[in-house]
Amino acid sequence: MINVLRYVAGVLLGAVIVSAAAAELRGTGDLGIVVERASGSVAVVDTSKRSVLGRIQGLGDLSHASAVFSRDQRFAFVFGRDGGLSKIDLLKMTVAKRVLQAGNSIGGAISDDGALVAVSNYEPGGVRVFDADTLTPVADIPAIGAGGKTSKTVGLVDLPGRRFAYALYDAGEIWVADFSQGDTPRLTKLAGIGRLPYDGNVTPDGRHYLAGLFGEDGVVHVDMWKEPLAAKRILNGYGRGEEPLPVYKMPHLEGWAATSDALLLPAVGRHELIAVDPRRFDEVGRVATYGQPVFAVARPDGRHVWVNFAHPLNDTIDVVDVPTLNVVHRFKAGPAVLHLEFTPRGHEVWVSVRDADRVQIYDTATFAKKAELDVASPSGIFFSARANRIGQ
Amino acid sequence: MIAGHAAAGEVPDTSRLSHLVRQECGSCHGLALTGGLGAPLTPDRLARWDREQVAAIILDGIPGSPMPPWRALISEGDARWIADVLKRGTLP
Repeated sequence: MINVLRYVAGVLLGAVIVSAAAAELRGTGDLGIVVERASGSVAVVDTSKRSVLGRIQGLGDLSHASAVFSRDQRFAFVFGRDGGLSKIDLLKMTVAKRVLQAGNSIGGAISDDGALVAVSNYEPGGVRVFDADTLTPVADIPAIGAGGKTSKTVGLVDLPGRRFAYALYDAGEIWVADFSQGDTPRLTKLAGIGRLPYDGNVTPDGRHYLAGLFGEDGVVHVDMWKEPLAAKRILNGYGRGEEPLPVYKMPHLEGWAATSDALLLPAVGRHELIAVDPRRFDEVGRVATYGQPVFAVARPDGRHVWVNFAHPLNDTIDVVDVPTLNVVHRFKAGPAVLHLEFTPRGHEVWVSVRDADRVQIYDTATFAKKAELDVASPSGIFFSARANRIGQ
Repeated sequence: MIAGHAAAGEVPDTSRLSHLVRQECGSCHGLALTGGLGAPLTPDRLARWDREQVAAIILDGIPGSPMPPWRALISEGDARWIADVLKRGTLP
């Protein structure tokens, strides 16, 4: 009898603790997620306290995963390699909705009104668009280029006016899907832009879309404010005819370094960043880097750009001073630095060090390490402040 | 070279190679090797090539495509071991 009472008291006490926790109010503006690449989970993190709040499991194959956020910054939409689209609740730390929408996907975007989530697919190619509340299908846009070839899609971003832009990898095209008139998109197709666009991104004002080419020395520029849209080649022959170095990992333009002075783009097959004038889109300089750049991410104020590198030089980070285009800090962060993300106003930066099973947090003014978090095989880091940025 | 080459006749460091294939090859071909920007590396997809051909692609890449030559980072013995386990589907 006493045991039973003790049991009942224990259950009641437990219930009180649970309801107290549930009643604790908190905002989501300083939250984020870190993708745990090997285990199909994400760690939900608090960037103010530099802590892991919990984990959300069951998100499938996250070997190449990215995320965007709902306008209220409560939900993240996680795009998995296996075609899984998961809507996760950062407060309840649960999977709110999940669909397997394709065989193999690469990334996605959310429309400016927060209503549509678009996913970029490798298999079967094309882009699929879903209702952000329910994840029910809204539109399916196969990517069949002018040559009749089905294409993988890359570089999918949102544009102002309920639009998305993306590139067709196999077909060499850039398409804009306009949902401003409803759920049936109006497509603008720019064909013949160049060989193998491997990624694309748009400037933070949503105006200039750039796609990097793998098959040619050059970058494609589309000014989204100029009707009719036209694709222009910039940085032609940036390799100067030299034999490219092997590229052991594709550079990413996601999170690229767009600052008021220059855009810093990874050169393909070269241990360099190319500095591009943000109005004229011609080259204004080069930065010799430690290795083949993968991510070149501007601190939100634009003064510095942090760069990580492809295997086997992926243990190092370079910090580039934008006004002088000098590497002002180079350090070994650890084995396999995969990604980095700044806090919204850039006072700290979080760095995924995959083979150390750690996320490391640095002060961006002093470069001092401020904290380390245990995260299993971490890759992409995404903070909820992305909800408020164009082209994320 | 940090990774270290297995000289001819030397036993490949299978745990290092397995990690390399999953993580570094996986960045294009998928962690599960079922494909990404690069083609799937599943036994059925590789059946059209023999072991030496797969090893040659690993070592020398495919010019004009994003597949890079890995010769500077791994030995011929390493490449043959990778070709074998991929063709058999027995990557540890």
